[in-house]
Amino acid sequence: MDALLHITTLHYLVLGAALFLLGVIGVLTRRNVVIVLMSIELILNAVNLNLIAFSRMWGGLHGQIFAIFVITDAAAEAAVGLGILIAFFRNKETVNIDEVNLLKW
Amino acid sequence: MHDLIQYVQSYLDPNVKVTPGAAGNMFWAFVYIMLVFLGLSVAVIAMNWLERKILAHMQVRLGPMRVGPHGLLQPIADALKLLLKEDLIPAGADSFVFWFAPFIVVLAAFCVFVVVPFGPQHAITDMNIGILFMLGVSSLSVLGVVMAGWASNSHYPLIGALRSSAQMVSYEIAMGLAVISAILMTSLNATGTGTLSMIGIVEAQKAQGEWFIFKFFPLGLIAFFIFAVAMVAETNRAPFDLAEAESELTAGFHTEYSGFRWSLFFLGEYTAMIAVSSIAVTLWLGGWLRPFPNLLNSPTWDTLFSYVPGATFLFLAAICFYNVARMPKHPYFRIQTMGLGAFGAALALIGLILFIPVVSVRVQDIFWFTAKVAGFQYLYIWYRGTFPRYRFDQLMHLGWKVLLPLGLGVLILTAGVGLLQIKS
Amino acid sequence: MTPVATPFFFYLLAATMLIGGILVITCKNAVHSALALIVTLLAQANIYLMLYAPFVAGVQIILYAGGIMVLFLFVIMLVNIDRAMKERQFNSQWWVGIIAATALGGLFIAVYTKGKSIFPERIPSIAEGENTQRVATLLYGQYMFAFEIASLLLLVAIIGAVVMAKKRI
Repeated sequence: MDALLHITTLHYLVLGAALFLLGVIGVLTRRNVVIVLMSIELILNAVNLNLIAFSRMWGGLHGQIFAIFVITDAAAEAAVGLGILIAFFRNKETVNIDEVNLLKW
Repeated sequence: MHDLIQYVQSYLDPNVKVTPGAAGNMFWAFVYIMLVFLGLSVAVIAMNWLERKILAHMQVRLGPMRVGPHGLLQPIADALKLLLKEDLIPAGADSFVFWFAPFIVVLAAFCVFVVVPFGPQHAITDMNIGILFMLGVSSLSVLGVVMAGWASNSHYPLIGALRSSAQMVSYEIAMGLAVISAILMTSLNATGTGTLSMIGIVEAQKAQGEWFIFKFFPLGLIAFFIFAVAMVAETNRAPFDLAEAESELTAGFHTEYSGFRWSLFFLGEYTAMIAVSSIAVTLWLGGWLRPFPNLLNSPTWDTLFSYVPGATFLFLAAICFYNVARMPKHPYFRIQTMGLGAFGAALALIGLILFIPVVSVRVQDIFWFTAKVAGFQYLYIWYRGTFPRYRFDQLMHLGWKVLLPLGLGVLILTAGVGLLQIKS
Repeated sequence: MTPVATPFFFYLLAATMLIGGILVITCKNAVHSALALIVTLLAQANIYLMLYAPFVAGVQIILYAGGIMVLFLFVIMLVNIDRAMKERQFNSQWWVGIIAATALGGLFIAVYTKGKSIFPERIPSIAEGENTQRVATLLYGQYMFAFEIASLLLLVAIIGAVVMAKKRI
């Protein structure tokens, strides 16, 4: 009980791991491209949570700097990903990721 | 019980010079939250009445005159009417999102006031990231608009929501650049570190002896101008009210809303207007500082300026009494005359209370802040009465091709001039 | 000021995040997923505040919830999702995904139970009041090149997004 009530770094790491798993499941199983992109955001957020928990654990700020870079990266990824999604939707009239198969042969 | 009383009193100690949030006093933080909430509700009601009256007088009309003397009770009558109306949810609408969207708009607008500094210690709390928090939370209201437009399952709201989201996201960038150039100015002190805290920004203006609007003339003025344009666009008000342009989209994103939920959008819009005006006042117009705090800082001027709040209320009361004398002497108007007289008497009473030195010392910061914000609210109404609405491509042109480069230029120049000043 | 009732807020926010995350990957409607993701992101911003990282929390709200998610919602409205809602939601290899995720979860559990003693019990405290200033000093000092590269990345992303989304170039 004491281990549950005394919040340490490990608690944050477990939360991050759970979020990461949710993101992985979303990426691997969903067919809707938009939701796959959102699952990638979940994964990036889980990483951010870990970085900041570690930064708190060591008392430094380098983890927070990395988190800011990850957020920048997520913004770039979302912009390009959604651009590709719009181009894909214009050509195929669908957002189903199973039909992204033009490079299959 | 004794501990509780001591806890409450510990904040009233004159040695405590921080906000209740920073002092960690829950009780006073709660009291401040309630006061801000009450004040905002009254302000929105007053804005509603003033907007109708001022617009009417600009168009040489009378405006609301029937409900109460000079239509003073009209906002209350309208609120009652809205509460009694049927709360429709259109067929095919996504009912949960439709139900939830107005609350997001209102919550985002009200949450901003957690960090608004009404005085050196009259804020709910003082955050290290104050201005970042304000911009971030106020940008959440666009989510409510988009959700409302999408959930209505109707064409006009969807187009309104798309327009609104594109507009708000575009103007946020120009707004952010203008804010950054003001934040840069806070770092012109001995240590060379600036601050994002709202109270810290006003303290920096006090320490540097000038409002940031006059700093590095005309750079501060241009940054302020960019913010003043962007904030009108950000709140979807005329002349940038394309999201609810009635000639094109009936009512934009809230076409399908009625009754209570429509009134929540209304409340959110007016609260957001007050919120962005308080950002502008804090960053460029010296927040709670009275005019010329450094130039005219003798005790005589201090006492003279401390009479201004009371005098303002007495002036408003005098206008009321003048209009009581002008009321028609017909018996039909007796109740209206008495009501106006009572309203004037209440204003005069508040004015007299504000003359008590103990009260006026504590209240004058809040008064100056409120007066500056009220000036902005008048500007908003004035814009609405004056400017024709923009076309959407013109709006995007203004945002991306005029305000954004201008903001970047001002930012670079501010940094350069600031560097020169630090070097010398 | 020191945080109060840390366990309560931690479990509240953690539960919000996990429920939000589950809704993101199970909702049929992409807009509902996006809203669940927004709730998750806001709860995470609060967790950052609990970890004494107010600046990152502010960036999280303004960039993620106010910027990226608006972009997502905007695109969801541009594409027609009615057809996607009527189709099958999960792909045919969903069981492979579940097994892979379970294996990964098992790995996490193994690592965290074995390595529990690595993480120090006592957390060193950082002064909250100077957080933004210290982040700025690091960002514009030690991490200057990384910062410039990030700006280059954003430029590339802008051009890429415009090229992808434009009808005729």
